Amino acid sequence: MRQSRHTSLGRYIRVLVTGALGVALGATVLSACSSSPKAAPAATNVPGVTATSISIGATVPLTGPAAPGYDEIAPAMNAVFDWINAHGGVYGRKIHYTYLDDGYNPANTATLTRQLVLQDNIFADVGSLGTPTQAAVQSFLNSQKVPQLFIESGCNCWSDPSFPYSSGWQPPYTVEGKILGNYVKATFAGKKIGYLYQGDEFGTDFVKGLDMEIPSKSVVSRQTYDAATLAGPLSNQIAALKAAGAQVVVMATIPAATALAMLPGAAIGYFPQYVLSSVGADPPTVGPLLSSFTQKATGSAAQAKAATGLLNGVITDAYFAPEGDVTNPWVKVEKKLLQDYAPTLYAKSGLDGNTQYGIALAYTFVQALQAAGKNLTRPGLLAAIAKSGKSFVTPGFVPLSYSNSVHYGFEGSQVIKLTSSAPPAVTPTGSWIGSTPVTPVEVTNTGSAPVTRYTGVTSSPPKSLTSTS
Amino acid sequence: MTPSPSRLLSWSHAPWMDRLRLPTQPLARHVILALGGAAILYLVTSSLSPYNDFEVGEIALYVIALAGLSLLTGINGQISLGHGAFMAVGAYTTALLMTHTHLNFVVELLASIGAAAVLGLLIGIPATRLKGPYLAGMTLLLALALPPIADKWSTTFGGDQGLTTTVPTAPGTITPERWLAWIQILGALIILVLLANLLRSRYGRAFRAVRDDEIAASLAGIHVARTKVMAFAISAGCAGLAGAFLGLSTGVVNTGEFPLTLSIQLLAAMVLGGTGTLVGMWWGAILLVYLPQWSTSLSGDFNLGSGANAYLATIIFGVVLIVVMIAAPTGIQGGLRWAWRHVASLGSGPGADPHRPPGRPKNTAASPSGLT
Repeated sequence: MRQSRHTSLGRYIRVLVTGALGVALGATVLSACSSSPKAAPAATNVPGVTATSISIGATVPLTGPAAPGYDEIAPAMNAVFDWINAHGGVYGRKIHYTYLDDGYNPANTATLTRQLVLQDNIFADVGSLGTPTQAAVQSFLNSQKVPQLFIESGCNCWSDPSFPYSSGWQPPYTVEGKILGNYVKATFAGKKIGYLYQGDEFGTDFVKGLDMEIPSKSVVSRQTYDAATLAGPLSNQIAALKAAGAQVVVMATIPAATALAMLPGAAIGYFPQYVLSSVGADPPTVGPLLSSFTQKATGSAAQAKAATGLLNGVITDAYFAPEGDVTNPWVKVEKKLLQDYAPTLYAKSGLDGNTQYGIALAYTFVQALQAAGKNLTRPGLLAAIAKSGKSFVTPGFVPLSYSNSVHYGFEGSQVIKLTSSAPPAVTPTGSWIGSTPVTPVEVTNTGSAPVTRYTGVTSSPPKSLTSTS
Repeated sequence: MTPSPSRLLSWSHAPWMDRLRLPTQPLARHVILALGGAAILYLVTSSLSPYNDFEVGEIALYVIALAGLSLLTGINGQISLGHGAFMAVGAYTTALLMTHTHLNFVVELLASIGAAAVLGLLIGIPATRLKGPYLAGMTLLLALALPPIADKWSTTFGGDQGLTTTVPTAPGTITPERWLAWIQILGALIILVLLANLLRSRYGRAFRAVRDDEIAASLAGIHVARTKVMAFAISAGCAGLAGAFLGLSTGVVNTGEFPLTLSIQLLAAMVLGGTGTLVGMWWGAILLVYLPQWSTSLSGDFNLGSGANAYLATIIFGVVLIVVMIAAPTGIQGGLRWAWRHVASLGSGPGADPHRPPGRPKNTAASPSGLT
């Protein structure tokens, strides 16, 4: 008898493990294949909508380079939905929000969005994040006639007549660029100006706005970086800006890049006036990054703490009251909502630019549902946003711009200065930077409209939000 | 004489089995296998929901990329950490052609294969001088360096938003997802038949000879460098088609779809499926598509929260890789084949070789090609 056959225990283990793997695999595939859309009480024939529920979904980065900070937005949105559900939902329908991790990879977004639409039968895709990711599913969602609402990106591409089911929410990057550019032109006339921006749509759309306002002869240097390979300090770019003699540096950077640009600048004694897009200027997000990068580089806790001070005096813009504005009624409401309905998120991140963003966006969607009425349909929802979007109550300084032809949200903001003398932000992460406004709230558009002062009112939180918990 | 119990159990020796045996002529054999696979997949996709059809299509496209990689690594002994870049080249080629021309759909796909193969040829030439970690490093560089090119010339390549692709309209009442899945399955089966034939030909033997011993191969009259470059080009061409199909699945081609992790996952899935096999690549592709979902539901069951969930997929992938490597060093396909032989030889009496399927010439069984 061949001794290799029956005597070897290891071989039988191998057979068992292989067999088990095969069975497990087969079972997985079968279960994945056989899982059909969840049976729900069919009160309407609108996908995702029953007499008692509305199911919506989103794809967001919960891991990967884009996750830090951005992974707070969807949970913050969920806090708003939990709040409205605890108060009877919208027309008796409770909102079920499914958000999946696409890791900021458009190929994952494509698969997961199909899972949400074709398998989970969502009513609408709400609050999905990213330009490349959402561009990947724009035509799919429109061909399926699924609303792709309030995309978390300021790309100029969401207000496109050929994609009527898509809609942005935050100010387009070009609008932010124009408002900040207008301020730079007026305030720093005659000074040398340098740009540092991300080499993709975010950076180029923003710079497009800057260039509409800032005379090109005063721009002495234009530096870019690649978000995908952002790993270390942007020393070369900063050295080039210093060499060109830029006294004002305007940056369209994500939070990590903001920190990675300011730190090497400080190291070579270069302290220009920084002007940041709102994307990369949120103090509770950027402050800890400045500290942790410094801690890693120097090992000194004191220097790490002091690094946060680099944000002092930075100019940026805001389109809703920053978390540091503790007396603002919206900030009070947002903080309470987060404490009551997302205590773990509040303990981890506190109220910062990202959680505020999620709350405001979700509250916008709740109002869209209310405006769409009892007989909820997808075209009905879009029509309601186009018709009454301008009158939605949001924390935004300016009303939403929605109409049949405009699918941008806010088209205005206020230039602010970060300062340690303003009331400090009260977040568990210990940020101490507050802000003060330096211009009135201003509005413009992505086209040739001038930057003008906003003369309308800014809405206050409704009773339902302030009086309840 | 009473038949021994073992003889009764030896069903694999029954005469009717011999008549059912596949033809030994490679082309006929592979075409019959592919037609069988096509029939199964047709029945499967016809009964699935559109979303599951979409997933089957994705599996098919990954099979194409993995089969090319399996040929390169398993058969020819070269490693590539840059197959994501070849996929990107294929995807952009199709997307650019769709944007600027009105060529036939099949021509566009062939152009994708061609463009990726040409790049594979160019990369393959210096690659002939590199081995092991050096080759891995060079191909890794490719995966890192190509995507920024598309970002740099964003007016041509569409930047972040990318270029849109369109699938030819589905005939009749077939859903777009099922139609795309059929296109991708057809592509996968054609590629598998072509590769299977190639591996049974003079070229396949040359690939293996070079892998096993370059000096011996060159003494036997094989042009080693040319053989290695050819393997690289063929492998890259497969990745190009897979990339074009990926672009069709997502409906858009942008650089975010081809991160470094894609190249590494392809390599891991190829090892899991069974390095050097073609059929085993189906296992690898199934894992690539289903493991992330599997881990999401697992994390949901254990209430792990989104943070843990995100890493769970990677952890499970790693655990599966380790378990498979311990239990079946030749991958899932190798393990299954081994288990099958073992079962088939159980009871066939003393002297039966569990490593050799009964009734088949020894040289076929010992062949490392592992095509069946």
